[in-house]
Amino acid sequence: MTPCRVNVKRWQAEMIHSLFVINHLGDIFLEKHWKSVISRSVCDYFFEAREKAVDPENVPPVLQTPHHYLISIYRGKLFFLSVIQTEVPPLFVIEFLHRVADTFQDYFGECSESVISDNVVIVYELLEEMLDNGFPLATESNVLKEMIRPPNILRSVVNTLTGGSNVGETLPQGQLSNIPWRRAGVKYTNNEAYFDVTEEIDAIVDKSGTTVSAEIQGVIEACVKLSGMPDLTMSFMNPRLLDDVSFHPCVRFRRWESERVLSFIPPDGNFTLMTYHISSQNLVAIPVYVKQSISFFEAGSCGRLDITIGPKQTMGKTVEDLKVTVHMPKAVLNANLTASQGNYTYDFTTKLLVWDIGKLNPQKLPNLRGSLSMQTGVPNPEENPSLNIDLKIQQLAISGLKVSRLDMYGETYKPFKGVKYVTKAGKFQVRT
Amino acid sequence: MTAMQKLLQLPVNAVNMVKTVQSQVQGQEEDKSPVLTPDSGQQAWYSALQPDELRHLRSGGTGGGGGGDQEERAPLEEGGGGGGGGFQTQPLRHDDLKEMLDSNKDSLKLEAMKRIVAMIARGKNASDLFPAVVKNVACKNIEVKKLVYVYLVRYAEEQQDLALLSISTFQRGLKDPNQLIRASALRVLSSIRVTIIVPIMMLAIKEAASDMSPYVRKTAAHAIPKLYSLDPEQKDQLIEVIEKLLADKTTLVAGSVVMAFEEVCPERIDLIHKNYRKLCNLLIDVEEWGQVVIINMLTRYARTQFLNPNINESLLEEGGSGDKTFYGSDEDEDEDEEEKEKKAEAAAMAKRKPYVMDPDHRLLLRNTKPLLQSRNAAVVMAVAQLYFHLAPKAEVGVIAKALVRLLRSHSEVQYVVLQNVATMSIKRRGMFEPYLKSFYIRSTDPTQIKVLKLEVLTNLANETNISTILREFQTYIKSMDKDFVAATIQAIGRCATNISEVRDTCLNGLVQLLSNRDELVVAESVVVIKKLLQMQPEKHSDIIKHMAKLTDNIQVPMARASILWLIGEYCEHVPKIAPDVLRKMAKSFTNEEDIVKLQIINLAAKLYLTNSKQTKLLTQYVLNLAKYDQNYDIRDRARFIRQLIVPTEKSGALSKYAKKLFLALKPAPVLESPFKDRDHFQLGSLSHLLNAKAGGYQELPDWPEAAPDPSVRNVEVFTLLERVTTLTSVPEWTKCSSREKRKEKKVEKPFYTDSEGESGPTESADSESDSASGSESSSGSEESGSGSESEESKEASESEEEEEEEEEEQKKKKKKDLKKPVQESESEQSSEEEERKHQRKSKPRKSESESESDEDEESESESSQSESEDSESEAEVKKKKKTAESKPPPKPLKKESKKEKKEMSLLDLDDFEPAPSPQVTPVNTFLSNSLVTDLEGLSLSDSVLSPATIAPSSALKSYELLHRITGEGLSVEYCFSRQPFSPDANMVAVQMQFTNSASSDTKNLHIEDVKLQSGMRVKEFPEIELLPAGETATAVMGIDFCDSTQAANFQLCTHTRKFFVSIQPPVGELMRPVFLTENEFKKEQGQLMGMNEITEKLTLDVKCRNEHAIVQRVTTAANLSRVPCGSDKECRFAGRTVTSGSLVLVTVATKEEGAAQLTVNCEKMVIGTMLVKDILQALTQ
Repeated sequence: MTPCRVNVKRWQAEMIHSLFVINHLGDIFLEKHWKSVISRSVCDYFFEAREKAVDPENVPPVLQTPHHYLISIYRGKLFFLSVIQTEVPPLFVIEFLHRVADTFQDYFGECSESVISDNVVIVYELLEEMLDNGFPLATESNVLKEMIRPPNILRSVVNTLTGGSNVGETLPQGQLSNIPWRRAGVKYTNNEAYFDVTEEIDAIVDKSGTTVSAEIQGVIEACVKLSGMPDLTMSFMNPRLLDDVSFHPCVRFRRWESERVLSFIPPDGNFTLMTYHISSQNLVAIPVYVKQSISFFEAGSCGRLDITIGPKQTMGKTVEDLKVTVHMPKAVLNANLTASQGNYTYDFTTKLLVWDIGKLNPQKLPNLRGSLSMQTGVPNPEENPSLNIDLKIQQLAISGLKVSRLDMYGETYKPFKGVKYVTKAGKFQVRT
Repeated sequence: MTAMQKLLQLPVNAVNMVKTVQSQVQGQEEDKSPVLTPDSGQQAWYSALQPDELRHLRSGGTGGGGGGDQEERAPLEEGGGGGGGGFQTQPLRHDDLKEMLDSNKDSLKLEAMKRIVAMIARGKNASDLFPAVVKNVACKNIEVKKLVYVYLVRYAEEQQDLALLSISTFQRGLKDPNQLIRASALRVLSSIRVTIIVPIMMLAIKEAASDMSPYVRKTAAHAIPKLYSLDPEQKDQLIEVIEKLLADKTTLVAGSVVMAFEEVCPERIDLIHKNYRKLCNLLIDVEEWGQVVIINMLTRYARTQFLNPNINESLLEEGGSGDKTFYGSDEDEDEDEEEKEKKAEAAAMAKRKPYVMDPDHRLLLRNTKPLLQSRNAAVVMAVAQLYFHLAPKAEVGVIAKALVRLLRSHSEVQYVVLQNVATMSIKRRGMFEPYLKSFYIRSTDPTQIKVLKLEVLTNLANETNISTILREFQTYIKSMDKDFVAATIQAIGRCATNISEVRDTCLNGLVQLLSNRDELVVAESVVVIKKLLQMQPEKHSDIIKHMAKLTDNIQVPMARASILWLIGEYCEHVPKIAPDVLRKMAKSFTNEEDIVKLQIINLAAKLYLTNSKQTKLLTQYVLNLAKYDQNYDIRDRARFIRQLIVPTEKSGALSKYAKKLFLALKPAPVLESPFKDRDHFQLGSLSHLLNAKAGGYQELPDWPEAAPDPSVRNVEVFTLLERVTTLTSVPEWTKCSSREKRKEKKVEKPFYTDSEGESGPTESADSESDSASGSESSSGSEESGSGSESEESKEASESEEEEEEEEEEQKKKKKKDLKKPVQESESEQSSEEEERKHQRKSKPRKSESESESDEDEESESESSQSESEDSESEAEVKKKKKTAESKPPPKPLKKESKKEKKEMSLLDLDDFEPAPSPQVTPVNTFLSNSLVTDLEGLSLSDSVLSPATIAPSSALKSYELLHRITGEGLSVEYCFSRQPFSPDANMVAVQMQFTNSASSDTKNLHIEDVKLQSGMRVKEFPEIELLPAGETATAVMGIDFCDSTQAANFQLCTHTRKFFVSIQPPVGELMRPVFLTENEFKKEQGQLMGMNEITEKLTLDVKCRNEHAIVQRVTTAANLSRVPCGSDKECRFAGRTVTSGSLVLVTVATKEEGAAQLTVNCEKMVIGTMLVKDILQALTQ
């Protein structure tokens, strides 16, 4: 018989100790420990904080418990809760957790409880590869995909018939490569590279229609399916617009510094090539204007609402998917409105008024007006609710950014190349 | 409960899993397989490091166990319920799993393992399957194997002895020829937390640390902290391994080993010295997670090794108090004398010895800066904190933009970033001020984000922006989120205390809030108003009165207490109301909250002391009530106060001082940010976020008083290059850039010899005069750093080289489309030479890259030399080595002499700046010009004036402004004098010549009714009072054309007539010459590519085929200066537009037979196009 070994709890220095995935009901449906097991009772501190915060968004991302620190993120109605024991940059953990969620999204198309539960083995394998002893190991999706194949229906059928597996037979070369983001030996019959330039306008417009602040958040998403080792160069008509950028690691930073040209060997598949930020110091075009009046009357317990939207700076393009969301004060019971265009819905429980307009017709401006019925005996809300605008403009980057050309070196075939521009409203808010 | 159950349960409770399984298996064996003696079975467990025994185990132990389980568990199921819970009920279901694991089919095994892993994932206990699972550790199927590893790592700690069975498999794996298998074996082996194998692990790590494959070495680095946490005794040995791995030159290893260093021996900062420069240079190519760890470590390192770059600034702040107030609550206001003295001393020292940044310090700052562009928020934050803690004040600003960008990220990221911004914005407010609007709050933000943004806004508030901020606050106050409203009110209070100008405005605003319907808002306002009133109570007795009335309505205890305190404190301002309030309070005393009761007692005491006539009885009543209160604090207070204020025989001397005690002047509260002084924690750290020291937090050391010896970081050249890095270590892009370089060298060959001599000295001119050179040299040296590595990699593999050559060719093709990046040219040149040398002599690579870096250094300017990859001293070492190696000495000598020669010419250039473009700037320079304008104002006689103003230069073309006939005898001509217009540098000087050919005098010549495009401005010439008939007068006016060729329209007035005239500048006049060196020119040109570059082919006019003619024609057409150029085939010119200062670069490259190519680079595309047209015309006609 061996002597009784006492498991001494020692101060253990590592980054991420354990991960718990918790659904919105507060059930822990996945746990993974990279070191000694930590009891899930540690999550009780988190649940306590979750209770306190009314919204899941308001749960503090970092919590302190007597022996551990809990760092959590909220993604797709799930909490990813990591347990750490010692000093570690919180952003390090947060960024990693988001990367985990991104990877799930990439593998399974969404990041939800059902999908994680259905693919629990792959999830576990992924987590095992992504973190070694609490320190990130392989977080590039191209590398991971080489080691652990994402599920697809055909393969799972074949696997069940033949007893094949999800794990790559070949050893992953990606981690050894000098370009870890690209897997080797990529082959396509149709070689194509698509780039989506998406710009979101974050703006605050005040009551009188003046812009309080406006910024543009741009992102270039790429879907590159090119064989071999292509070396791409993307140049812009007006690169000076981009003064604050962040890149995928594949972009050669110095080339950008000196020539304002994006030069990179792309990862295979979908990735975010670049994000950029055009700050409020610059002039930002606001595509629509909103004329609104919302008033609540002291007597009669009712209110009036009148919203009109018109085009402002649309650069000659059509504004589509226009939508106005208003978070009404608690006292508003119902809305009796007429919309000149589109439909409106008022959800009594969430107090959310949604007006789905669709295309903006500059000749006949959409208008929504009518009365609001209020709860009687309750004092009028003193603040008018602010309007959140959603919109989309195809074929336009509102900042004026344009890709001038895309060249490929390193391979001989002629790829199909495409660039698409979309402008959307980001956090576009009109104060009333 | 049966005895068996007890046997089974006990070990579980004792958390001794090993025992459990053993006894369990043993029990089974006793029970079911009497054939096997327990002894032999156990031996198998313990010494089962041989595969044979594994087989033995399979046949004996578990095979029997599997069958035995069912019968054994049956009673357990019945009795189960309590105690062991899951452990007892599950095993029944596990039988099928065990069977599957024992089968021969991989698919069954896989299925079983998948189910087991799913159990683990859900947190269910699967530990009893350990024996069945561990046998499959050597399974051929990769997925099964992987899942077995997952299982093993999870349960090995609990079943140490069984886990030992798997060790031999991993030991074999460690010897595998495939690096990935070696790595994965080491990874799992080190993850099994079994103390017995510590020696095995140690051995494996040591071996792996000198593995050929960098990936295996990386895994070894990962294994170090695992072993350390398992057995801290190994620390010394592990440090040796860390030391070895720190010397590794590959990017793959760097991040992991620094992580190991941080976890095992963060205090051994001395291990970093030799690797410091390497780490800095590799940093950009390390994977993102490693970057974070390295940057954080280097921040700490730098704090111990370098001097405070802001030491002079703190002196300034200390000295000039005006400066200090400007920066608001900047630093150490409440510093005690002693510290001040110390600081002053340090400052005095600094004064004596001006601060010079250690080149290594600069290296760190420079190499981390590009990482602000990382997509990884943690990396950006790491760089931001590094700059905040290490950079000179003037340079910290660069991080603001990147941090503001992060605000668009996930809300958790926002939360952390805002916390850090809040801390930073206290110390460095100016940094975030331009981004004020990015912190504006949306109603959709989560409350915690709102509150943090509010904090930042408050920190950023100053005299200039307070009005906008307050307007924002007004919107926030109406929010539905009441917590947020409360925070806003607090924020207003803080703004009001910090900025005295708006104190009254804020106070009024808050008073208005007192009539708010929401009680929370009112209560919060009361609390804040109380604090504000304390600053100047005498002015605001009406507000106090107003608040006194509120006691009837407000129910929030804190607010009630605040009001009562106010009334008591300032009862002399409201002598009539105060007693009445006390009366009301006395009535409701018993129903009040404790905090209010205490204040009622206070109020009573104060009133008694000031106005005892009216309030004596009331006070006694209140005190009596308090005497019998349930709360002992209140009872105590009542007793205490009674003794103090009501003089009795017993009360001692204290009561005499009651007035002083109660009515002492109370200092106004300082409303401070909760983030003040948080920066003593390293920013971005968990400890900073929690504002408490987290376990394992490494304090950020204070700057040393005197810099430790910088030579410790010097690396002997051969150690640096000793290791042949494998090809994998070189990041693709560096290779590319070096490839580009090489290729470009070839392209540039003819040009090279000329430029080499020039590059050195001109650069050193930059360092003195041009701040832009910093960035240039930085990119140069960085490139060279990675360059040397890529050279090596080239050596390392032939095939790679071939590939490269291919790519080179492609690159060449590409070359045609893309202009070459000018910045790279210098290092290219040097490295090209390197290559040539290499080819010629086929010298050992060591000396090659040595001399490469050496060369780099020499080509850099003085300042950048010291900052570049290797420090001066290292360079010296190298130089010495070089001479020792008896390298051909003439080369450096030649260089040296060239340098000298060049420096002389540089002096020339500096002293006589306009020299290179003599046609452009005539000899009579600024002084005379400004003098002229001044004198004109005095209206001296024209004869004196005219020679001074009119530069008799053939190059200046005159234009007619007013014809003699339309001007009724007055004719006006103007020319662009190309002289700086001294009253306003952004204006183009236009010199006008008025000729009065009429018979009568013209009087009061002046300009009126100027009509301009927006943005344009005109500085009129002083009125010419008298222009006699037949005379000529000259005047100079300035026009700011805003870099456009729009005409300036105005009226020229005489005493009798008005003439509408307009001046339209040729585009060439919208610029002024600037002096650039060839290198600067190329660098600038490199940044003005694409749309900013216009190229036109042309055939030169017959008369214009020599250089001189070209130069003359171009400078006539445009106000540019010649840029020295090594080649006689090219003429280069440079200028800046007058208004915006945008660079205009013109290149005329001549070929045979008058063919030429004109290139204009200018940010202003319109100007560029027009200029091309003009110059084209000038050259072809």
